[in-house]
Amino acid sequence: MPVDVEARVISNTRLSSDYNVIALDAPAIAATATPGQFVMVKPGRGTDPLLRRPFSVFEIIESNGRITGLTLLSKRIGVTTRLLYSAVEGDVVSCLGPLGKPFTLVQPPTEAWMVAGGVGLAPFATLADALVARGVPTTLFYGARSGQELFYLDWFASRGVKLELTTEDGTRGEKGRVTLPLERSLRERASADVMVYACGPEPMLEAVSHVCDRYGRTCEVSVERVMGCGMGGCYSCVIPVHETGGGHHFVRSCLAGPVFTAADLVWDHD
Amino acid sequence: MTDIDLSVDVGGLRLSNPLIAASGCYGYGVEYADAVDLSTLGAVASKGLFLAPREGHPPQRIVETPSGMLNAIGLQGIGVHRYIAEKLPELRRLGVTNLINICGSTLDEYVELARILSDAEGVHALELNISCPNIKEGGITFGCSLHGTFDVVSAVKKVTHLPVIPKLTPNVTDVASIAKAAEDAGADGVSLVNTFLAMAIDVETRRPKLSNIVGGLSGPAIRPIAVRMVYECRRMVKIPIIGMGGIASAVDALEFIIAGATAVQVGTANFVDPFIWSKLTAGIEDYLQRHGVRRIADLVGSIDISTREKEWVSS
Repeated sequence: MPVDVEARVISNTRLSSDYNVIALDAPAIAATATPGQFVMVKPGRGTDPLLRRPFSVFEIIESNGRITGLTLLSKRIGVTTRLLYSAVEGDVVSCLGPLGKPFTLVQPPTEAWMVAGGVGLAPFATLADALVARGVPTTLFYGARSGQELFYLDWFASRGVKLELTTEDGTRGEKGRVTLPLERSLRERASADVMVYACGPEPMLEAVSHVCDRYGRTCEVSVERVMGCGMGGCYSCVIPVHETGGGHHFVRSCLAGPVFTAADLVWDHD
Repeated sequence: MTDIDLSVDVGGLRLSNPLIAASGCYGYGVEYADAVDLSTLGAVASKGLFLAPREGHPPQRIVETPSGMLNAIGLQGIGVHRYIAEKLPELRRLGVTNLINICGSTLDEYVELARILSDAEGVHALELNISCPNIKEGGITFGCSLHGTFDVVSAVKKVTHLPVIPKLTPNVTDVASIAKAAEDAGADGVSLVNTFLAMAIDVETRRPKLSNIVGGLSGPAIRPIAVRMVYECRRMVKIPIIGMGGIASAVDALEFIIAGATAVQVGTANFVDPFIWSKLTAGIEDYLQRHGVRRIADLVGSIDISTREKEWVSS
């Protein structure tokens, strides 16, 4: 059951001129959130922004063994993310959650390959924690525009997550898109028992889905659609899924997702 | 004063309080059952139902605008038969008062929907959607004309014992005359307003922000216009009015009630705060206590224009 918390900002770390990690005093949400779930967030009480915006839970934070809150990874794009970027300790952010369907956790010896594009890194910290705790060998394929936009690399490395980095400008890791090392790994390790998890821009998710399909691997994707309520009320965040017997129908990504089996989604649609 | 009475009667639809979840803003109600005790709402207005399932418009379906939002969902829905089979039993179990919103492409479809729902257990009233701005066929073609409104209301009234409450569009020259046509046809009440036809354009790409190009504006931005329209209708008709348009607080709800609404619907604000209902109830009760009004029904249409009557200029 989701709860609404008027969460105090515990800290706000600017990672770059666009990205920040904001920590919110929302233990009631953090205590029940599972990897892949999201929260609906609204800074301030006014009407700009009017609606909440969806964010993946980035980290669960603990102090002395007690869960004290959660963090969000945000990229400054619109009004909400601008306010989250400039928020200071003590500000209040309305935070509703946890919401949505989480990732399916695999068990060893299955390997987990997480594929992140840009701010699509957001759901993979909690997922990595859960996978590592189960002893699942975990790799993060992580692509960004430049080396300055690859974050939390030490965080993942310190947990034993193997990193495969790409940048579009070649300033760090391999030059090109994140699907390059992913496809190469799928090809070179054709017999590996692998589950792929992906989050990022939809064209990236589509490419990852096709590549996994080509190599016969199961892939779960976390999608981001324009969302009004996060509760199934407004029907704005729909995404087309295949119907048995052909055709497609729209499902609400807040309820049926945000995590979907990639093969269920219709990619060549609006 | 302790025994505050929030109950109201909307043309035979008995509500424990005047707060209704607005159609199209609350799914089929069951989506919220984990978070909210739905029996504490006055009623839930279902998502608009056609006879057959509908796919709705492709995304992008909503866009935020100043103090409001545009939507063009396109009435995606499961159709009346699946609603009765899959949703209504759960709603009955939860003790929900159900105001079923029905949409037709033709007059016959409204009549057929009314017949089917009149036989279903747990349906308390019908809200006729003759006002959706986002679909081409039916609906709004009735709601934009006096004859169309009269015809669909009288046809539905002939086949049902349920209270019939047409939901009116504000996208007309004179909404009060449409309300009068509904009353003349035997409507038990009117709901108003549906959303205002509007659009938004991305100037960088020169593309409309909604896939449907145009959509319906809701939220606090429309509230003063909606209040004015409720007030105009109150002066024109005797049947109860369900008022809506940007209600986000108890004060907003009271404004509609004082203007003449017997009950109110909340839509967009529920997206922002799904737990808004208990806050609205507490705020209304507090107001009634402070003003020494025991029954909310006594507040309906209680606007005091005694010194301002002469300044009213009819538009």
